[in-house]
Parts: sequence; C-alpha cells; structure tokens
Amino acid sequence: VSSPLAETLAVLLLVATLGCAIVRPRGLPEAAVAVPAAGLLLILGVLPLGQAATEARSLGPTIGFLGAVLVLANLCDRYGLFQAAGSWMAAGSRGRPVSLLALVFAAASVVTAVLSLDATVVLLTPVVFATVARLRLRARPHVYACTHLANSASLLLPVSNLTNLLAFGASGLSFARFGATMALPWLAAIGVEWLVMRRFFAGDLVGRGDSDGVKALPVPVFATTVIGLTLIGFFIASAVGLSPAFAALGGALVLGVPAVASRTTTIRDVALSLDVPFLAFVLALGLVVKAISLHGLGAAVMHIVPGGTGLGSLLAIAAIAAVLANVINNLPAALLLLPAVAGTGAGPVLAVLIGVNTGPNLTYVGSLATLLWRRVLIRRGEELPISEFLRLGALTVPPVLIVATVALWISLRVVG
Amino acid sequence: MAAMRIVIWVVEGTWQGCVDAAVAQLAADSEFTLLHVTPSDVTETADAATVGLLGRRGTGRSAAPAYGDIADDEASKLLAAAAERLGHPDAERISLRGRVEREVVRSVASGVDVLVVARDGDHERLGPRSLGHATRFVVDHAPCAVLLVWPDGTPGIESIPDPKHGPPPPHPHR
Repeated sequence: VSSPLAETLAVLLLVATLGCAIVRPRGLPEAAVAVPAAGLLLILGVLPLGQAATEARSLGPTIGFLGAVLVLANLCDRYGLFQAAGSWMAAGSRGRPVSLLALVFAAASVVTAVLSLDATVVLLTPVVFATVARLRLRARPHVYACTHLANSASLLLPVSNLTNLLAFGASGLSFARFGATMALPWLAAIGVEWLVMRRFFAGDLVGRGDSDGVKALPVPVFATTVIGLTLIGFFIASAVGLSPAFAALGGALVLGVPAVASRTTTIRDVALSLDVPFLAFVLALGLVVKAISLHGLGAAVMHIVPGGTGLGSLLAIAAIAAVLANVINNLPAALLLLPAVAGTGAGPVLAVLIGVNTGPNLTYVGSLATLLWRRVLIRRGEELPISEFLRLGALTVPPVLIVATVALWISLRVVG
Repeated sequence: MAAMRIVIWVVEGTWQGCVDAAVAQLAADSEFTLLHVTPSDVTETADAATVGLLGRRGTGRSAAPAYGDIADDEASKLLAAAAERLGHPDAERISLRGRVEREVVRSVASGVDVLVVARDGDHERLGPRSLGHATRFVVDHAPCAVLLVWPDGTPGIESIPDPKHGPPPPHPHR
C-alpha cells in the first residue's frame, strides 16, 4: 500500500474509532471498531507486525497499570470513601456555597491526583451533585469544578491521567521526580481555576444551604490506610526500579480480597471495573495512531514541535498539545506527540502533558467528538443551551496553560 | 374580582426569601404556582465529562441514577418545602428542565399576573450587580409584572458606592 493511501486509511480508521467510542451505536463497546480497525491495518501491512509488537510491548505495562488503578478506585467507592467525602463536604461547608466550592476543589484535586481523573468523573462527581442538591444549593459551580479539575488537576502524578502513564513509561522519570516536578504546575493550574470560577460563578454562589441533619460519616479507615500505603508504594517501587503498577496491584488485592470475602463486592463487579474492553480499546488506539505516525504524520509532528527546552519552546509545545487534544482527543494527541519529544528530556514531555491534560477543558472530548456527541443529544430531543462550559473553557484554558507551563519551567530549574 | 395568578420562581439558595416575600406582599387568596427549572447545561456538562473518558464510564456503577433523575427528585422535594413555607401545601408545582431563563419566561407567558423573582448576584449592597445572568434575562423579558426580592434582607441605602471614590469595580464575568 502506498504511503499517502496508507495514511488516509489510518486517519479514517482513527476517526471511525473515536466516533464509535463517543456515539456507541447500539451500545457497542468502544473496542468494537477500534480492535477491527487495528487488525485491518495489520492485515493490509499498513502497520508492520514488528512495529505493532514494539508498540504493544511499550503500551502493555501502562495498560496493566491503568487496569489496577481503575479497580482500586472502584473498590474505594465500595468501601464508602466517596459517600463519606460527600458527607464531609456537606458538613464542613455548613451550607455556605463558597466553602462548599473550596471543599469540592480540594476533594476533586486530591481524588484526581491519587486515583486518576476517571475516579473524579465517574465516582466523585455524582456524589458532589447529590450533595449540592441535598443542601439545596445551585449545582453549576460545583459540577463545573469537578469536570474542570478532573482535567487540570490531573498533572501531579503518573497515575492521575492515562496520558501521564503513557508519558511516564516513555520518559524514564522516576515516580518521585515526576511528582516533584509537576507539584508546582499542578498547584498553579488549580489556583487559576479557583480564581476564574470564583468570579465566573459569583451569581450562583449565593444563599445558605439547608445543612440541618447533615452528619459527617466516619472515615473508612481501612480503605484510606490502604490508599495511603499504595501511594507510598508507588514511590518506593519506582525508587527500587520496579514498575509502580505492582503497588497499584498490591493495593487492589489488599482492598479487594476482604471486600469480596465479606461480600461488600463481588468478583464480577471487580472484573467489570477492570474494564477489559477499554483496555483493549487503548491498545488498539495506540496501534492505529502508530500507523498514522509511520506514514508521514510522525515526521510532520517532529517538524512542528520545537526542539528546545527554554520557556518559549515549552509554551509552544503545550499550546500545540492543547490544540491537537481539542481537534482529535487528548489520548491520540498524547500518543502522537510523546514520541516526538521523548528524546529531548523531561521538560518537553511534561509540557505535552500540560497541553493534553488541561486543553480538553475547552471542548471536553475534542471538537470532532463534541460535534458527534451533541448530534446524539439533539436526536434524543434534548434542548442544548449555548454551553456555559465553552465560555468557561475559553476563560480558563489559556491562563491555565500559560501559568502551569511557566510553573513547570521554574520547577525544572529548582528540581533539576 | 378573580384571584391573582402568581408564579414564584424557586431557585436553590434564594427560594426562602422569595416565598417569604410572596407571603408578606401578596394577597393570601391568590392562586400560587411554584416553578423550578433544572439547568440542562449542568447535567449536560457532567455527562460530557463521562463521554470524554471514551468508554471508561464506570461499568461497575451502571446502576447509579442519572444526573437528570437526581435533579428531578431533589427539585420535587424543594418545591414541596416551598409550598409548605408558603402556607399553601397544595399549591400547583411545576418542575422543568432546560435553559433556565427561557423556560421561566415561557412559563409566565399567558394569564399570569405577577412573577416573584429573587435577586441572585451581589446581595451585600444595593447596586448594579444584584442580578445574575438568568435573572437579568427574566426581568428583561417577563411578559407580566415582576416582584423582585432581596432574598436575605434589603441592604441599606448607604451601601451604594460613593461616586467620589472612583468607578465601581468591573463587572464580574458571566
């Protein structure tokens, strides 16, 4: 197959793969198109078998790590950690909306950093939504805070975002060095989000919630302790040259075995939370993007991405990453960009992460996917307001990108 | 003379003041309707975030109620509490979802005498920022009389900034 033809085919298959993952025709799993698409590229020789094997070998540990973190977060939910967090936020705020927003910021930032953005979106946001509704306060600022922080507070640790895991595997950074370098950008991103949202939502942060009868639930001591130890385990494993995935696996086993034994959860539930179709999707997506890279786009990306490690280069890299994340989606954007910067050191790799992680707050799923998804909603007959999230995204994403990248530049000089 | 038809727009955070003002200012034998609108951009955003995960949408949590259902449930409890506070426990209650300002204006389009609305911007002082985005739209467009309420007490006249001290701070982003 000629290269332009191969490239066109691979790009079309990427679009089909992402489209299916968003629209999910007939409820098909996201892997339903992704896996055959990767297979087709292999059969046609667009993606040589050797290249595919290399890519699969490099993605494998990342995917295993992701699986363990998904299970870990779900088990935390089964132990009541998120319900308890909801009650602490309600009680701690005493019904004051600004205090509640501050607590939501804290919870979303910590949950995203330690248990990944998935945990914030899937497990924490529903709890926050229900908590705000029960307090009879307006949900908008708190829900937007969760969705925004799931992205912009996912800078801190390799486990915080799948994109970080991909970069972590490629960058050769230790877990501790990754965290130490990203601490300042993480705080900077959260700080900018706070300043903008506090003003943007001033009209919704009004009144006093109905906090009578709100009681803080007891701390789920066992689950909290295991999560704390798992977190320490990440650092230790990485320091002695083991994959931190083993710490995640250990944490999942320590939480999972007693939970299954005491029927707090079932093996089936644990297996479901492992989300094998999604893991297959990530692998297949990686292969499709690899095929796109091979036939010209990889070289083009190398050409576009600046090679330096100065502040200007880092800002340019973060901006390119943010734009690409909004055009396609942050996952393929990371897969495309990371190989181009992997050889140039930690700075450019982490700048890519700032772009692909915080950029999606502009359109959430990438513009293509947003369009598709909104069409689905319109077909369901839902009225679509001119989204507040687009305006909020336009106000937060550019300053977050700039401030976090400057923080990264400073951090690289301090941490080294 | 027929009883006045009054719609009270119930919003989280300011509804108590709104209901209390209706009790204090309007005839008790009026025909009251309590209206609540759940903003659809909020539930849409929460769902958008899950779509952004491309499939990782909490397989284990498929039994969790949808955002819209939680919102409807809490809205009906809120309307019941408002009816209780109003002293008309059997007052008509309307719960809608959509673009809030449009739904409110549409709801009072015919046969309504007075719409009761709470201010929801800056409550601390009299001034130009006492109306949020949706409230401003409703006040601008309502096809009926509007009773505009300070939800937690009217600030004193001295809260108007002194013009000698320069222009007021810029308008907050909305």
